[in-house]
Amino acid sequence: MGQNIVNELEYKDKNDILDIINQYNKDKNNLITILQEVQKILGFLPHNAIYFLSEELKMSPAEIYGVATFYTQFKFEEIGKYLIVCCDGTACHVKGSPLILNFIENYLGIKPGETSNNKIYTLESVACLGCCAISPVCIINGDTYGDLTTNKIKRILNKLEKEIKD
Amino acid sequence: MDNNFIKRTILICRGSGCNSMNAGIIHETLKKVIEEHNLLNQVEIKLTGCQGFCQYGPQLVVQPDNVLYVKLKPKDLNEIAEKHLKNNKIVKEFLYKDPKTGESIEKKDMIPFYSEQIPIIRKNCGIINPEEIDDYISVGGYDALKKVLNNYKPNEVIKELETSRLRGRGGGGFSTAMKWQFCLNNPSEIKYVIANGDEGDPGAFMDRSLLEADPHSVIEGMEICAYTIGASYGYLYVRAEYPLAIERLKIALAQAEEKGFLGENILGSDFNFKIELKKGAGAFVCGEETALMASIQGKRGMPRPRPPYPANSGLWGKPTNINNIKTYASIPPIILNGGKWFSSLGTKDASGTIVIALTGKINNSGLVEIPMGTTIRNLIYNIGGGIINNKKFKAIQTGGPSGGCIPEQFLDTPLDYQHLTDLGSIMGSGGFIVLDEDTCMVELARYFIKFTQNESCGKCTPCRIGTKRMLDILTKIVKGEGTIKDLEDLEKIANIVKNTSLCGLGQTAPNPVLTTIKYFRNEYEAHILNRKCPALVCENLIEYHIDQDLCTGCGLCKINCAVEAIEGEKKHLHNISQEICIKCGVCFSICSYKAIYKKTNEN
Ligand SMILES: Cc1cc2nc3c(=O)[nH]c(=O)nc-3n(C[C@H](O)[C@H](O)[C@H](O)COP(=O)(O)O)c2cc1C
Ligand code: FES
Repeated sequence: MGQNIVNELEYKDKNDILDIINQYNKDKNNLITILQEVQKILGFLPHNAIYFLSEELKMSPAEIYGVATFYTQFKFEEIGKYLIVCCDGTACHVKGSPLILNFIENYLGIKPGETSNNKIYTLESVACLGCCAISPVCIINGDTYGDLTTNKIKRILNKLEKEIKD
Repeated sequence: MDNNFIKRTILICRGSGCNSMNAGIIHETLKKVIEEHNLLNQVEIKLTGCQGFCQYGPQLVVQPDNVLYVKLKPKDLNEIAEKHLKNNKIVKEFLYKDPKTGESIEKKDMIPFYSEQIPIIRKNCGIINPEEIDDYISVGGYDALKKVLNNYKPNEVIKELETSRLRGRGGGGFSTAMKWQFCLNNPSEIKYVIANGDEGDPGAFMDRSLLEADPHSVIEGMEICAYTIGASYGYLYVRAEYPLAIERLKIALAQAEEKGFLGENILGSDFNFKIELKKGAGAFVCGEETALMASIQGKRGMPRPRPPYPANSGLWGKPTNINNIKTYASIPPIILNGGKWFSSLGTKDASGTIVIALTGKINNSGLVEIPMGTTIRNLIYNIGGGIINNKKFKAIQTGGPSGGCIPEQFLDTPLDYQHLTDLGSIMGSGGFIVLDEDTCMVELARYFIKFTQNESCGKCTPCRIGTKRMLDILTKIVKGEGTIKDLEDLEKIANIVKNTSLCGLGQTAPNPVLTTIKYFRNEYEAHILNRKCPALVCENLIEYHIDQDLCTGCGLCKINCAVEAIEGEKKHLHNISQEICIKCGVCFSICSYKAIYKKTNEN
């Protein structure tokens, strides 16, 4: 059954993954780094990629999942076009991040950890992005927005909506 | 007229904080403006890491004038070029203004936020270009390494550290000299050096900014450690959430290798040392040293019981020295200036300085480095500029989820390890969060326990089940459903978790709960006995209402309400239906007229 799953992987992805594995000497000690690199090219860790890694690294898929699921960085489902990471670290929390998060949830109709049905938005809540001096903070596709208010986040979300329509 | 030109350097802050406030655009515009004003020969623009005063970004410093311009917009730069750079007239408008007196302050060092600081760990931050090794060398970088390789035997380095009384900056405060000595004593052929840059404490960004602003100081410290204990391989472990720090470290490592500061036969000696960069993958517990080592080895980041300590059995079972990155960055200045000098700063309990990320309800958020022993009052009211909107100070949380809160009556406590421990908190790594009257201490305790419960690795029962039970009880209390028996249980469980957990995560997780109960028992009791949240935070215990006199009927709240709880015609008074309202607070924060207010739920 592993073989069938692995066959679902596109030829190009397979090659890219092989490159990564070889770059890290097929070494199990580098598993986390390898997973990070695979996630970088695929956007998340699909089931078939885990099986492929398991064959190449001579580890069971369970072992790989065991490591991968321990760390919050790893995603097992496709994420939306816009990844909205909302900080709920302590500094952001005391300066109103729950409100910002509430607003985003209402606006998009999704909860943290979810992706909208049209695969446009993924919402995540994390503890601290290291920009605490400008809290509350969120990061959308790598761009940081600080000193958020509900008004400000509304404008940002409106802009995204407009981008999608255009 | 040309004679009036002074050769100047503009230090533009490109730390993560300023970057997120468009420092990139400011930087590009500045380059253009300098060219347009024909100032290329007179003015050098230098990229730097975090200058510390993050709340006032984007910012730049004009040297040698020592003038700081804050909260800049691209259009401001023309004026600075025309007036300051060409005609030597400082542009008052863009200077920092003292919030108390409203006066603009010209010299950076005269700003209270900076004037009390003694940068040792951060001495190069905001001054050198972190992407140019030559810049680091020009301020004495790698001189300490040279000095050690030429003149010091390993035990002489340790002697110097002993004199300095340096304690680890990762939170525990263990003697660095002693730690290195243990590793040195071990006869193993293979040893490792690890720098801990995981910084998982939410609300802390000291390590991030150091790595972004002065990566070589950490590398140099690690090298001196490797030489001392006899290691030839090191790992620098950094959170994946810090992409800029990782980028700059990669550049720094490559440049150090190219210049012969890393690799084989360093500086012509027989000392070899390599450093590998490892990215964390998002797990708070991986800041704990044994979990971190498991993570480097590609495993789940689970802690293990100690002893054996890493100095005897660390990475792959080999003796390993692990320190926080700030500890390593303290080493070169100690070597250059002597342990005695370092020891002369601070208190009997702790020498040197402490780097603090000051955040929360404070006017001057940012990074400060002050001598150990500075009082909390000085930190908050002088350096920090007091509480936002002149609200009432309630407490300061130190040590993050592992620490505790310190209330007003202890404002004059000097900051060092012992004093904070005596109050039930810990020094931690330096993330200090200021809380005001609008913070609910019970909700905050719940917030921290939710965090630790979520981050508990699940290996030991007290931490796995205990934090869950504590979270259940705290959730009940913030909902107004708690009983006095719950509060007793909470204290009991907290003490069990504290005393019986396997690693530091569980052992310290109850601190926020225990300190809030100790200092703010009245708030717990208000939630339990009166079903009231005095700070008006806990959703279940409050209501939102519209002030008849202030409402203009603009309809903003109505269109933003997710559950259609607000009714009212345009230009007429609006009203919130308490049955439908989910207390999300969006209307409260979005109203331009402050017409929505909170009050205690009467039912
Ligand atoms: C749950 C937990 C999280 C920790 N996180 C960090 C961290 O983010 N950074 C750090 O330097 N030390 C952290 N520590 C402390 C380390 O285990 C270790 O004591 C430290 O890196 C030693 O360095 P030092 O002697 O220079 O302080 C943590 C400890 C625990 C129990
Ligand atoms: S707490 Fe939100 S960025 Fe640190």
